[in-house]
Amino acid sequence: MSFVEYSDFIQDGDVAIVYLGHESMMPVKVQQGAQTQTRYGVIRHSTDLIGQRYGSKVTCSKGGWVHVLHPTPELWTVTLPHRTQILYTTDIATITMMLELKPGSIVCESGTGSGSLSHAILRTIAPTGHLHTVEFHQQRAEKAAEEFKEHRVGHLVTVRNQDVCKDGFGVTGVADAVFLDIPSPWEAVRHAKTAMKKQGGRVCSFSPCIEQVQRTCEALADQGFEEISTVEVLLRVHDVRTVSLPLPDFGPDPSALTQPDAAEKTPPTSAPNQACIAMKTTTPPREIPGHTGYLTFATKPRT
Amino acid sequence: MADNGDDDSQYRIKECDYVVLKRGDIFKAVQIQPKKKVIFEKQWFFLDNAVGHLYSTTFEIVSGGILQPRKLKEAESSTDAKEAGTDNRNIVDDGKSQKLTRDDIETLKEQGLKGQEIIQQLIENSSTFRDKTEYAQDKYIKKKKKKYENTVTILKPSCRILAMMYHGREPGKICHLRYDTLAQMLTLANIHAGSKVLVFETCAGLVLGSVMERMGGYGSVIQMYPGGGPVRAGVESFGFPTHFHDMLHEFPICHVNALLAGTLDTTAKDPSADSKQSNLAAEDDQNQPEAEQQGGPEEQSMETSSGADGGHDQEKEEKEKRKEAKAQGKKVKLEEKRKKLAAAAALLEGRNADGLVIASRFHSCPVLMGLLKFLSPSRPFVVYSQYKETLIECYTKLKEHGGTVDLRLTDTWLRHYQVLPNRTHPLLLMSGGGGYLLSGTTVAMDRSKPAGAQRAEEPAPKRLKLTDTEG
Repeated sequence: MSFVEYSDFIQDGDVAIVYLGHESMMPVKVQQGAQTQTRYGVIRHSTDLIGQRYGSKVTCSKGGWVHVLHPTPELWTVTLPHRTQILYTTDIATITMMLELKPGSIVCESGTGSGSLSHAILRTIAPTGHLHTVEFHQQRAEKAAEEFKEHRVGHLVTVRNQDVCKDGFGVTGVADAVFLDIPSPWEAVRHAKTAMKKQGGRVCSFSPCIEQVQRTCEALADQGFEEISTVEVLLRVHDVRTVSLPLPDFGPDPSALTQPDAAEKTPPTSAPNQACIAMKTTTPPREIPGHTGYLTFATKPRT
Repeated sequence: MADNGDDDSQYRIKECDYVVLKRGDIFKAVQIQPKKKVIFEKQWFFLDNAVGHLYSTTFEIVSGGILQPRKLKEAESSTDAKEAGTDNRNIVDDGKSQKLTRDDIETLKEQGLKGQEIIQQLIENSSTFRDKTEYAQDKYIKKKKKKYENTVTILKPSCRILAMMYHGREPGKICHLRYDTLAQMLTLANIHAGSKVLVFETCAGLVLGSVMERMGGYGSVIQMYPGGGPVRAGVESFGFPTHFHDMLHEFPICHVNALLAGTLDTTAKDPSADSKQSNLAAEDDQNQPEAEQQGGPEEQSMETSSGADGGHDQEKEEKEKRKEAKAQGKKVKLEEKRKKLAAAAALLEGRNADGLVIASRFHSCPVLMGLLKFLSPSRPFVVYSQYKETLIECYTKLKEHGGTVDLRLTDTWLRHYQVLPNRTHPLLLMSGGGGYLLSGTTVAMDRSKPAGAQRAEEPAPKRLKLTDTEG
């Protein structure tokens, strides 16, 4: 297992995603002799996981069963332990494309936070790219570095524990792309410029509030960034279900009665509840996230 | 990508490069060819002069269709008239505020005046400009700039730029797949270097190219194609280095059943397969014009006109010769095709692909059910459709069939913002829809029990939700 390479079988030390049911998953660190409790019973790692194929069904002690999935950045995003608010897959997908990330890209990121976006970046830039990520909170920085090592992507990332607004990214003239998810991104714009290649590149800033966007756009324009554009992307989930719509009872139809045969065939009006039409459709969830953040993109021209 | 950061050679425009022209929000993909006339936004020019310049350079089009790199900051010389009104209570629309007539403007253009100079003239001859508010003046200049500026920026192609270009120019050719939806697909399918990905698309090759870009030449992509041959006009526009094409394989979807049944013969050249293949080749020829069209109608017309000249006498002889060469070429082509088919079949036979991406005008359900069989367990797949209904059917079928988890039917909503001091708001116009996605993950099929028994075993809360009815 690695977050940047598929493997077929579960091994000691892997992170596996246990799929318990609709929207219910948990990450498990696979360890010889360890056990994991689920609502379907106990999973014994040595017998139930190690050596099994990813994607197979594992029967738990209470007779219930779960599927064990290979980790991906997307599954990690919905199961990871939150240390901060995180970015979700919809925004991550947009950021990845609009920053033009691909294998070999050198990327700067701040803050590292819980590492949700970091894993997605690492997946995309492997095997030849590199991520320089900056987190000013020491404990979070250490935890992230530890996780990257555990997920076997440590060789692709450098975690720096410093304040990006004061000290920058710790690199100069190397980045193809910069991503900012900090409270005052406008204070880091000039550091972003310094970190980027002289040939130019792309930058993105994520902010929940429009005032932050306003100040960031001004700073970007002041620093000579071009193609400044702000977008918002929202995910709509459609729940597939069968609905049945009852037909109203209009009472006996005199025109139908003119034909005695037809009258016999018509179901008696005494059971109007049975007349229903079933159809497949989708419904929106009762509540959906209506706002995550504004994404501001810009291009750094050659300097 | 292992450059030292100082080497500019890979950032310079070279002959035969595939590039994207940009003006405002309009893009167009072309190839740099010597002495080739390019028409973009009602203007024609030659790209010869662009060779050797850095990507992202903005050029000015001067007389004779020659490109000249724009001097920096020249365009920034904003109007020095800082006079402005506070409201529009005294501005009357009498249609006489602009003193220049249409003919006057045409003459200015013919004189070869730069866009900036024409705009200056328009401002000077507008009686109401000074009374407009500062914001209205800004808007006026912006609007005129869009109309009269004769500049073009040359960009290096990327998935971002090409996806925006196709969506803006030819949405019909890519099944109205909006760029943010394409972005979701690449992420949901966990496209990355080193994997083995199946792609079935009728999006002119845009989706295929995007997948290839994300894989950076590592791993393999098998394009499952319908009809006579794979359409890849969009792939060419990416201008991938040649080694990227080593990762690209193709397999005709009409042989999928034979492959699954183990009856596909890729070693011997039995006559039936041969005739089938020559049929394919013939179709392939027919397909060519269509593929070229995707690159742009102007290019096509250029090619037909250049091919028309030539002596009448020698024509017959040459025709004969060409026929022979063509027959020979066809044989070689057929053999190549057979080899390619065998290679793709070998990749598919293991049924251990790492990802599946579908974006086509075909009915999604049979395509998905057919191709899902080639995936390893615990691998993501994503299906795009312009219509939600076909994906509802896929969802239902997959639930009945088993073998997948974490199914989600989604779409995304994209909103652009104008961010300007005191004028920040969402853009007035937004895209009505960018299509729908069905995504999920494969799991091992439980072969010991029939599908019905498996269903009954599913966790209770999920089952309840599924059959839940409203009203």
